[in-house]
Amino acid sequence: MQKLVGSFAEAVRDIPDGATIAIGGFAHPGTPFNLIRALAAQGARDLTCIANTTGGAQQPRMPDIGLLVEQGQVRKVICAFTAATRPTDVLPFTQHYEAGAVEAELVPQGTLAERLRAAGAGIPAFYTPTGVGTELAEGRETRMIQGREYLLEYALPVDVALIRAHRADAMGNLRFHRSQRNFNPLMAMAARTAIVEVEEEILPAGAMDPDDVHLSGIFIHRMIRVPPSPEGLWPTRREERAR
Amino acid sequence: MSERKGWNRQQIADRLAREFQDGWIVNLGVGMPTLCSNTDIGDRRVIYHAENGVIGYGPVAAPGEEDFNLVNAGGQNVTLLPGAAVVHHADSFAIIRSGRIDVTVMGAYEATCNGDFANWKLAGQKGGGIGGAMDLAVGAKRVFIMLEHRTRDGKPRLLERCTLPVTARGVVTLVATDLGLFAPTGEGFAVRDLASGVTLEEVRGATGCPVTG
Repeated sequence: MQKLVGSFAEAVRDIPDGATIAIGGFAHPGTPFNLIRALAAQGARDLTCIANTTGGAQQPRMPDIGLLVEQGQVRKVICAFTAATRPTDVLPFTQHYEAGAVEAELVPQGTLAERLRAAGAGIPAFYTPTGVGTELAEGRETRMIQGREYLLEYALPVDVALIRAHRADAMGNLRFHRSQRNFNPLMAMAARTAIVEVEEEILPAGAMDPDDVHLSGIFIHRMIRVPPSPEGLWPTRREERAR
Repeated sequence: MSERKGWNRQQIADRLAREFQDGWIVNLGVGMPTLCSNTDIGDRRVIYHAENGVIGYGPVAAPGEEDFNLVNAGGQNVTLLPGAAVVHHADSFAIIRSGRIDVTVMGAYEATCNGDFANWKLAGQKGGGIGGAMDLAVGAKRVFIMLEHRTRDGKPRLLERCTLPVTARGVVTLVATDLGLFAPTGEGFAVRDLASGVTLEEVRGATGCPVTG
Protein backbone atom coordinates (compact mmCIF):
# COMPACT_ATOMS: atom_id res chain seq x y z
CA MET A 1 0.00 0.00 0.00
CA GLN A 2 3.01 2.27 -0.54
CA LYS A 3 1.55 5.26 -2.38
CA LEU A 4 4.62 7.46 -2.30
CA VAL A 5 6.66 7.24 -5.50
CA GLY A 6 10.24 8.35 -6.00
CA SER A 7 9.95 10.63 -9.02
CA PHE A 8 7.47 12.32 -11.31
CA ALA A 9 8.74 10.13 -14.14
CA GLU A 10 7.96 7.02 -12.11
CA ALA A 11 4.51 8.39 -11.23
CA VAL A 12 3.46 8.57 -14.90
CA ARG A 13 5.69 5.83 -16.39
CA ASP A 14 2.92 3.28 -17.10
CA ILE A 15 0.39 5.66 -18.70
CA PRO A 16 -0.30 3.97 -22.04
CA ASP A 17 -1.06 5.45 -25.44
CA GLY A 18 -4.79 6.02 -25.84
CA ALA A 19 -5.45 6.63 -22.14
CA THR A 20 -8.11 9.02 -20.88
CA ILE A 21 -6.43 11.54 -18.58
CA ALA A 22 -8.16 14.09 -16.33
CA ILE A 23 -5.99 17.09 -15.54
CA GLY A 24 -6.96 19.13 -12.49
CA GLY A 25 -6.83 22.86 -11.97
CA PHE A 26 -8.86 25.98 -12.61
CA ALA A 27 -6.50 28.65 -13.92
CA HIS A 28 -3.24 27.93 -12.07
CA PRO A 29 -4.45 26.77 -8.66
CA GLY A 30 -4.55 22.98 -8.48
CA THR A 31 -2.85 22.44 -11.83
CA PRO A 32 -0.36 19.57 -11.55
CA PHE A 33 2.48 21.32 -13.41
CA ASN A 34 5.08 18.72 -12.46
CA LEU A 35 3.02 15.69 -13.48
CA ILE A 36 2.10 17.38 -16.77
CA ARG A 37 5.78 18.03 -17.49
CA ALA A 38 6.55 14.40 -16.68
CA LEU A 39 3.78 13.13 -18.97
CA ALA A 40 5.09 15.36 -21.76
CA ALA A 41 8.55 13.83 -21.28
CA GLN A 42 7.10 10.31 -21.06
CA GLY A 43 5.53 10.80 -24.47
CA ALA A 44 2.27 8.81 -24.32
CA ARG A 45 0.18 9.62 -27.41
CA ASP A 46 -3.38 9.43 -28.65
CA LEU A 47 -4.59 10.69 -25.28
CA THR A 48 -8.08 11.91 -24.44
CA CYS A 49 -7.59 14.80 -22.02
CA ILE A 50 -10.27 16.19 -19.72
CA ALA A 51 -9.69 19.65 -18.24
CA ASN A 52 -11.57 22.88 -17.71
CA THR A 53 -9.88 24.58 -20.67
CA THR A 54 -7.65 23.55 -23.54
CA GLY A 55 -4.79 25.48 -21.99
CA GLY A 56 -3.41 28.97 -22.23
CA ALA A 57 -0.33 30.35 -23.92
CA GLN A 58 2.37 28.02 -22.66
CA GLN A 59 4.65 29.19 -19.86
CA PRO A 60 7.65 26.93 -19.34
CA ARG A 61 7.31 27.01 -15.54
CA MET A 62 3.54 26.45 -15.50
CA PRO A 63 2.66 23.88 -18.18
CA ASP A 64 -0.96 22.85 -18.65
CA ILE A 65 -2.94 20.59 -21.01
CA GLY A 66 -1.82 22.88 -23.87
CA LEU A 67 1.73 21.49 -23.63
CA LEU A 68 0.45 17.99 -24.38
CA VAL A 69 -1.62 19.36 -27.28
CA GLU A 70 1.37 21.22 -28.71
CA GLN A 71 3.47 18.07 -28.54
CA GLY A 72 0.89 16.15 -30.54
CA GLN A 73 0.11 13.77 -27.67
CA VAL A 74 -3.61 14.53 -27.59
CA ARG A 75 -6.26 13.00 -29.86
CA LYS A 76 -9.28 14.53 -28.14
CA VAL A 77 -10.07 17.06 -25.44
CA ILE A 78 -13.20 17.26 -23.26
CA CYS A 79 -13.40 20.81 -21.90
CA ALA A 80 -15.74 23.67 -20.91
CA PHE A 81 -13.82 25.99 -23.25
CA THR A 82 -12.60 24.98 -26.71
CA ALA A 83 -12.07 28.57 -27.84
CA ALA A 84 -10.48 31.55 -26.17
CA THR A 85 -12.78 33.57 -23.91
CA ARG A 86 -11.65 36.65 -25.83
CA PRO A 87 -12.21 35.96 -29.53
CA THR A 88 -9.05 37.92 -30.38
CA ASP A 89 -6.83 35.52 -28.40
CA VAL A 90 -5.27 32.69 -30.37
CA LEU A 91 -4.54 29.65 -28.24
CA PRO A 92 -2.03 26.96 -29.19
CA PHE A 93 -4.96 24.54 -29.14
CA THR A 94 -6.96 26.55 -31.68
CA GLN A 95 -4.43 25.97 -34.45
CA HIS A 96 -4.38 22.21 -33.86
CA TYR A 97 -8.18 22.12 -33.63
CA GLU A 98 -8.79 24.11 -36.79
CA ALA A 99 -6.26 21.94 -38.63
CA GLY A 100 -8.30 18.87 -37.61
CA ALA A 101 -5.40 17.39 -35.64
CA VAL A 102 -7.41 17.26 -32.38
CA GLU A 103 -11.06 16.48 -31.68
CA ALA A 104 -13.01 18.33 -29.01
CA GLU A 105 -16.09 17.72 -26.92
CA LEU A 106 -17.43 20.95 -25.44
CA VAL A 107 -19.21 20.46 -22.11
CA PRO A 108 -20.75 23.07 -19.78
CA GLN A 109 -18.54 23.42 -16.73
CA GLY A 110 -21.11 22.26 -14.19
CA THR A 111 -21.98 19.29 -16.36
CA LEU A 112 -18.28 18.41 -16.66
CA ALA A 113 -17.93 18.50 -12.86
CA GLU A 114 -21.07 16.44 -12.33
CA ARG A 115 -20.14 13.85 -14.98
CA LEU A 116 -16.85 13.31 -13.15
CA ARG A 117 -18.59 13.22 -9.79
CA ALA A 118 -21.09 10.68 -11.11
CA ALA A 119 -18.31 8.46 -12.46
CA GLY A 120 -16.69 8.49 -9.03
CA ALA A 121 -19.97 7.87 -7.27
CA GLY A 122 -21.26 4.81 -9.12
CA ILE A 123 -23.94 6.80 -10.98
CA PRO A 124 -24.03 6.04 -14.73
CA ALA A 125 -26.01 9.06 -15.92
CA PHE A 126 -28.18 11.93 -14.72
CA TYR A 127 -30.56 14.59 -15.98
CA THR A 128 -29.63 18.28 -15.83
CA PRO A 129 -31.42 21.47 -16.88
CA THR A 130 -28.15 22.83 -18.29
CA GLY A 131 -27.96 22.98 -22.08
CA VAL A 132 -31.66 22.35 -22.76
CA GLY A 133 -32.78 24.24 -25.87
CA THR A 134 -29.21 24.81 -27.07
CA GLU A 135 -27.11 23.41 -29.90
CA LEU A 136 -25.54 20.99 -27.38
CA ALA A 137 -28.88 19.23 -26.87
CA GLU A 138 -29.60 18.63 -30.56
CA GLY A 139 -30.38 14.97 -31.24
CA ARG A 140 -29.95 13.98 -27.61
CA GLU A 141 -32.30 12.46 -25.07
CA THR A 142 -34.29 14.85 -22.91
CA ARG A 143 -37.07 14.15 -20.47
CA MET A 144 -39.84 16.14 -18.84
CA ILE A 145 -39.68 15.77 -15.07
CA GLN A 146 -42.28 17.60 -13.01
CA GLY A 147 -43.00 19.95 -15.88
CA ARG A 148 -39.42 20.93 -16.71
CA GLU A 149 -37.21 19.61 -19.51
CA TYR A 150 -33.86 18.02 -18.64
CA LEU A 151 -30.96 16.73 -20.71
CA LEU A 152 -29.48 13.28 -20.17
CA GLU A 153 -25.75 13.31 -19.42
CA TYR A 154 -23.49 10.30 -18.91
CA ALA A 155 -20.82 9.75 -16.28
CA LEU A 156 -17.25 10.42 -17.40
CA PRO A 157 -14.90 7.75 -16.05
CA VAL A 158 -11.19 8.31 -16.58
CA ASP A 159 -8.13 6.10 -16.56
CA VAL A 160 -5.73 8.45 -14.82
CA ALA A 161 -6.25 11.68 -12.89
CA LEU A 162 -3.35 14.09 -12.43
CA ILE A 163 -4.02 16.54 -9.61
CA ARG A 164 -2.26 18.81 -7.13
CA ALA A 165 -3.00 19.21 -3.41
CA HIS A 166 -1.52 21.15 -0.51
CA ARG A 167 -1.20 18.53 2.21
CA ALA A 168 -1.26 14.74 2.35
CA ASP A 169 -0.55 11.96 4.77
CA ALA A 170 0.87 8.51 4.07
CA MET A 171 -2.65 7.15 3.55
CA GLY A 172 -3.19 9.57 0.67
CA ASN A 173 -5.69 11.68 2.58
CA LEU A 174 -5.65 15.14 1.00
CA ARG A 175 -6.25 18.72 1.96
CA PHE A 176 -6.40 21.49 -0.63
CA HIS A 177 -5.56 25.15 -0.17
CA ARG A 178 -8.07 27.80 -1.28
CA SER A 179 -9.27 27.46 -4.87
CA GLN A 180 -6.78 24.68 -5.54
CA ARG A 181 -9.62 22.27 -4.82
CA ASN A 182 -11.80 22.97 -7.92
CA PHE A 183 -12.16 19.80 -10.06
CA ASN A 184 -9.39 17.89 -8.29
CA PRO A 185 -11.36 15.72 -5.82
CA LEU A 186 -13.90 14.88 -8.55
CA MET A 187 -11.22 13.88 -11.05
CA ALA A 188 -9.49 11.67 -8.50
CA MET A 189 -12.79 9.98 -7.68
CA ALA A 190 -13.54 9.38 -11.37
CA ALA A 191 -10.15 7.77 -12.00
CA ARG A 192 -8.94 4.19 -11.86
CA THR A 193 -5.52 5.61 -11.00
CA ALA A 194 -5.29 8.97 -9.23
CA ILE A 195 -1.87 10.60 -8.99
CA VAL A 196 -1.32 13.67 -6.82
CA GLU A 197 1.57 16.09 -6.50
CA VAL A 198 1.67 17.54 -2.99
CA GLU A 199 3.02 20.92 -1.92
CA GLU A 200 3.95 20.11 1.68
CA GLU A 201 6.06 17.37 3.13
CA ILE A 202 3.95 14.22 3.24
CA LEU A 203 2.88 13.55 6.80
CA PRO A 204 2.84 10.22 8.65
CA ALA A 205 -0.54 8.58 9.15
CA GLY A 206 -2.26 10.17 12.12
CA ALA A 207 -0.68 13.59 11.68
CA MET A 208 -3.69 15.00 9.82
CA ASP A 209 -6.85 15.63 11.78
CA PRO A 210 -9.47 13.31 10.21
CA ASP A 211 -11.92 16.23 10.19
CA ASP A 212 -9.54 18.22 8.00
CA VAL A 213 -9.41 15.69 5.17
CA HIS A 214 -11.01 17.03 1.97
CA LEU A 215 -10.55 13.82 -0.01
CA SER A 216 -10.12 10.36 1.46
CA GLY A 217 -6.94 8.48 0.56
CA ILE A 218 -9.22 5.70 -0.71
CA PHE A 219 -9.33 7.67 -3.96
CA ILE A 220 -5.56 8.23 -4.22
CA HIS A 221 -3.08 5.72 -5.63
CA ARG A 222 0.22 7.56 -6.06
CA MET A 223 1.71 10.67 -4.50
CA ILE A 224 4.86 12.68 -4.78
CA ARG A 225 5.98 15.86 -3.09
CA VAL A 226 6.73 18.94 -5.22
CA PRO A 227 10.33 19.98 -4.52
CA PRO A 228 11.15 23.65 -3.97
CA SER A 229 11.70 25.83 -7.02
CA PRO A 230 13.63 25.71 -9.31
CA GLU A 231 13.52 21.89 -9.36
CA GLY A 232 9.77 21.84 -8.71
CA LEU A 233 7.17 23.88 -10.58
CA TRP A 234 5.05 26.32 -8.57
CA PRO A 235 2.44 28.93 -9.51
CA THR A 236 3.79 32.48 -9.60
CA ARG A 237 2.42 35.93 -10.25
CA ARG A 238 1.42 37.11 -13.70
CA GLU A 239 4.46 39.32 -14.28
CA GLU A 240 6.75 36.36 -13.81
CA ARG A 241 4.93 34.12 -16.24
CA ALA A 242 6.59 35.52 -19.30
CA ARG A 243 10.11 34.85 -18.04
CA MET B 1 -13.84 67.49 -24.88
CA SER B 2 -16.98 66.04 -26.35
CA GLU B 3 -19.36 64.33 -23.95
CA ARG B 4 -20.11 60.76 -24.90
CA LYS B 5 -23.80 60.07 -25.08
CA GLY B 6 -25.09 57.10 -23.11
CA TRP B 7 -23.39 55.02 -20.43
CA ASN B 8 -19.82 53.79 -20.45
CA ARG B 9 -19.01 50.28 -19.32
CA GLN B 10 -18.67 51.18 -15.66
CA GLN B 11 -21.98 53.04 -15.77
CA ILE B 12 -23.70 50.04 -17.36
CA ALA B 13 -22.32 47.87 -14.56
CA ASP B 14 -23.32 50.47 -11.96
CA ARG B 15 -26.90 50.46 -13.18
CA LEU B 16 -27.18 46.70 -12.77
CA ALA B 17 -25.32 46.62 -9.46
CA ARG B 18 -27.79 49.14 -8.06
CA GLU B 19 -30.44 46.39 -8.45
CA PHE B 20 -28.54 44.13 -6.00
CA GLN B 21 -30.34 43.69 -2.70
CA ASP B 22 -28.86 43.18 0.75
CA GLY B 23 -27.78 39.60 1.35
CA TRP B 24 -27.82 38.49 -2.28
CA ILE B 25 -25.42 35.82 -3.52
CA VAL B 26 -23.99 37.32 -6.71
CA ASN B 27 -22.04 35.64 -9.51
CA LEU B 28 -20.18 38.01 -11.84
CA GLY B 29 -19.06 36.76 -15.23
CA VAL B 30 -15.56 37.35 -16.54
CA GLY B 31 -14.84 40.70 -18.20
CA MET B 32 -17.35 43.57 -18.13
CA PRO B 33 -19.53 42.14 -15.31
CA THR B 34 -16.64 42.29 -12.84
CA LEU B 35 -17.08 46.09 -12.97
CA CYS B 36 -20.24 45.60 -10.86
CA SER B 37 -18.00 44.98 -7.85
CA ASN B 38 -16.72 48.61 -8.09
CA THR B 39 -20.19 50.07 -7.61
CA ASP B 40 -21.09 51.79 -4.36
CA ILE B 41 -24.35 50.17 -3.24
CA GLY B 42 -24.42 51.85 0.14
CA ASP B 43 -24.84 49.65 3.19
CA ARG B 44 -26.15 46.68 1.23
CA ARG B 45 -23.87 43.66 1.51
CA VAL B 46 -23.68 41.01 -1.16
CA ILE B 47 -21.66 37.80 -1.22
CA TYR B 48 -19.69 37.06 -4.38
CA HIS B 49 -19.67 33.48 -5.61
CA ALA B 50 -17.10 32.37 -8.18
CA GLU B 51 -17.74 29.26 -10.25
CA ASN B 52 -14.49 27.67 -9.06
CA GLY B 53 -16.02 27.33 -5.62
CA VAL B 54 -14.90 30.51 -3.86
CA ILE B 55 -17.75 32.01 -1.85
CA GLY B 56 -17.20 35.41 -0.28
CA TYR B 57 -14.21 36.76 -2.18
CA GLY B 58 -13.13 40.38 -1.94
CA PRO B 59 -10.92 42.76 -3.92
CA VAL B 60 -7.94 41.70 -6.00
CA ALA B 61 -4.89 41.22 -3.78
CA ALA B 62 -2.24 43.93 -3.69
CA PRO B 63 1.02 43.08 -5.48
CA GLY B 64 3.13 40.97 -3.15
CA GLU B 65 0.10 39.93 -1.10
CA GLU B 66 -1.30 37.36 -3.54
CA ASP B 67 -2.09 33.79 -2.64
CA PHE B 68 -1.27 31.96 -5.87
CA ASN B 69 -3.68 29.19 -4.91
CA LEU B 70 -6.61 31.59 -4.83
CA VAL B 71 -8.30 32.98 -7.94
CA ASN B 72 -11.78 34.09 -8.96
CA ALA B 73 -13.50 32.92 -12.15
CA GLY B 74 -11.39 35.33 -14.20
CA GLY B 75 -8.13 33.96 -12.82
CA GLN B 76 -7.39 37.08 -10.76
CA ASN B 77 -5.65 36.56 -7.42
CA VAL B 78 -8.41 37.84 -5.17
CA THR B 79 -8.66 38.05 -1.39
CA LEU B 80 -11.19 36.42 0.94
CA LEU B 81 -13.55 38.37 3.17
CA PRO B 82 -14.41 37.25 6.71
CA GLY B 83 -16.87 34.35 6.50
CA ALA B 84 -15.62 33.10 3.14
CA ALA B 85 -15.74 29.42 2.22
CA VAL B 86 -14.26 27.27 -0.52
CA VAL B 87 -15.96 24.23 -2.04
CA HIS B 88 -15.12 21.92 -4.94
CA HIS B 89 -16.58 22.28 -8.41
CA ALA B 90 -19.49 19.87 -8.00
CA ASP B 91 -20.66 21.73 -4.90
CA SER B 92 -20.11 25.08 -6.58
CA PHE B 93 -22.36 24.08 -9.46
CA ALA B 94 -24.84 22.47 -7.05
CA ILE B 95 -25.18 25.96 -5.57
CA ILE B 96 -25.70 27.32 -9.09
CA ARG B 97 -28.19 24.79 -10.47
CA SER B 98 -30.26 24.53 -7.31
CA GLY B 99 -31.23 28.21 -7.36
CA ARG B 100 -29.02 29.54 -4.57
CA ILE B 101 -27.50 32.29 -6.72
CA ASP B 102 -29.70 35.40 -6.49
CA VAL B 103 -28.27 36.97 -9.60
CA THR B 104 -25.71 36.22 -12.27
CA VAL B 105 -24.37 39.06 -14.41
CA MET B 106 -22.99 38.02 -17.78
CA GLY B 107 -21.77 39.62 -20.94
CA ALA B 108 -23.44 38.52 -24.19
CA TYR B 109 -23.38 39.02 -27.96
CA GLU B 110 -27.18 39.04 -28.26
CA ALA B 111 -30.31 39.01 -26.09
CA THR B 112 -33.94 38.63 -27.13
CA CYS B 113 -37.33 39.89 -26.02
CA ASN B 114 -38.34 36.36 -24.95
CA GLY B 115 -35.37 36.09 -22.62
CA ASP B 116 -32.92 34.08 -24.73
CA PHE B 117 -29.30 35.12 -24.93
CA ALA B 118 -26.14 34.08 -26.75
CA ASN B 119 -22.63 34.40 -25.36
CA TRP B 120 -20.58 31.28 -26.06
CA LYS B 121 -19.96 31.03 -29.78
CA LEU B 122 -19.45 33.49 -32.61
CA ALA B 123 -20.64 32.93 -36.18
CA GLY B 124 -18.32 30.55 -38.00
CA GLN B 125 -16.26 29.82 -34.90
CA LYS B 126 -15.10 26.27 -34.36
CA GLY B 127 -15.68 25.32 -30.74
CA GLY B 128 -16.70 27.84 -28.15
CA GLY B 129 -16.33 29.03 -24.60
CA ILE B 130 -19.21 27.89 -22.43
CA GLY B 131 -17.53 27.76 -19.06
CA GLY B 132 -20.20 28.05 -16.39
CA ALA B 133 -22.53 30.24 -18.47
CA MET B 134 -25.11 27.58 -19.36
CA ASP B 135 -25.35 26.34 -15.79
CA LEU B 136 -25.65 29.87 -14.39
CA ALA B 137 -28.22 30.82 -17.00
CA VAL B 138 -30.63 28.02 -16.07
CA GLY B 139 -29.87 27.96 -12.35
CA ALA B 140 -29.63 31.53 -11.09
CA LYS B 141 -32.79 33.22 -9.83
CA ARG B 142 -32.08 36.25 -12.03
CA VAL B 143 -29.95 36.67 -15.14
CA PHE B 144 -28.66 40.17 -15.82
CA ILE B 145 -27.07 40.70 -19.22
CA MET B 146 -24.74 43.57 -20.12
CA LEU B 147 -23.69 44.39 -23.65
CA GLU B 148 -23.22 47.22 -26.13
CA HIS B 149 -26.60 48.03 -27.68
CA ARG B 150 -25.27 47.67 -31.23
CA THR B 151 -22.49 45.75 -32.94
CA ARG B 152 -19.49 47.61 -34.33
CA ASP B 153 -21.32 47.62 -37.68
CA GLY B 154 -24.33 49.30 -36.04
CA LYS B 155 -26.56 46.23 -36.04
CA PRO B 156 -28.86 45.65 -33.07
CA ARG B 157 -27.92 43.12 -30.41
CA LEU B 158 -31.38 43.23 -28.80
CA LEU B 159 -33.46 41.08 -31.10
CA GLU B 160 -36.62 39.02 -31.61
CA ARG B 161 -34.49 35.92 -31.99
CA CYS B 162 -30.79 35.15 -31.56
CA THR B 163 -28.78 34.74 -34.76
CA LEU B 164 -25.98 33.02 -32.79
CA PRO B 165 -26.25 29.72 -30.87
CA VAL B 166 -28.11 30.40 -27.62
CA THR B 167 -26.71 29.88 -24.13
CA ALA B 168 -30.19 29.39 -22.64
CA ARG B 169 -33.80 30.20 -23.49
CA GLY B 170 -36.28 32.36 -21.63
CA VAL B 171 -34.06 33.20 -18.69
CA VAL B 172 -33.03 36.86 -19.02
CA THR B 173 -34.37 39.19 -16.30
CA LEU B 174 -32.72 42.51 -17.24
CA VAL B 175 -30.52 43.79 -20.04
CA ALA B 176 -28.28 46.83 -19.54
CA THR B 177 -26.60 48.55 -22.48
CA ASP B 178 -24.93 51.87 -23.21
CA LEU B 179 -28.44 53.22 -23.97
CA GLY B 180 -30.30 52.10 -20.85
CA LEU B 181 -31.82 49.34 -18.78
CA PHE B 182 -34.45 47.08 -20.34
CA ALA B 183 -36.64 44.16 -19.35
CA PRO B 184 -37.74 41.52 -21.87
CA THR B 185 -41.54 41.28 -22.02
CA GLY B 186 -42.05 38.51 -24.58
CA GLU B 187 -43.16 40.89 -27.34
CA GLY B 188 -40.41 43.44 -26.92
CA PHE B 189 -38.30 45.25 -24.36
CA ALA B 190 -39.72 47.58 -21.71
CA VAL B 191 -37.54 50.55 -20.81
CA ARG B 192 -36.66 50.58 -17.14
CA ASP B 193 -34.18 53.43 -17.41
CA LEU B 194 -32.64 55.53 -20.17
CA ALA B 195 -28.99 56.60 -20.15
CA SER B 196 -28.33 60.33 -19.93
CA GLY B 197 -29.12 62.14 -23.19
CA VAL B 198 -30.67 59.07 -24.84
CA THR B 199 -34.24 59.24 -26.18
CA LEU B 200 -36.79 56.48 -26.56
CA GLU B 201 -36.75 57.06 -30.32
CA GLU B 202 -33.01 56.44 -30.44
CA VAL B 203 -33.44 53.20 -28.51
CA ARG B 204 -36.19 52.09 -30.88
CA GLY B 205 -33.97 52.83 -33.86
CA ALA B 206 -31.14 50.75 -32.37
CA THR B 207 -33.25 47.75 -31.31
CA GLY B 208 -34.34 44.78 -33.43
CA CYS B 209 -37.75 44.37 -31.78
CA PRO B 210 -40.45 46.61 -30.26
CA VAL B 211 -39.49 48.86 -27.35
CA THR B 212 -42.10 50.22 -24.96
CA GLY B 213 -41.48 53.26 -22.79
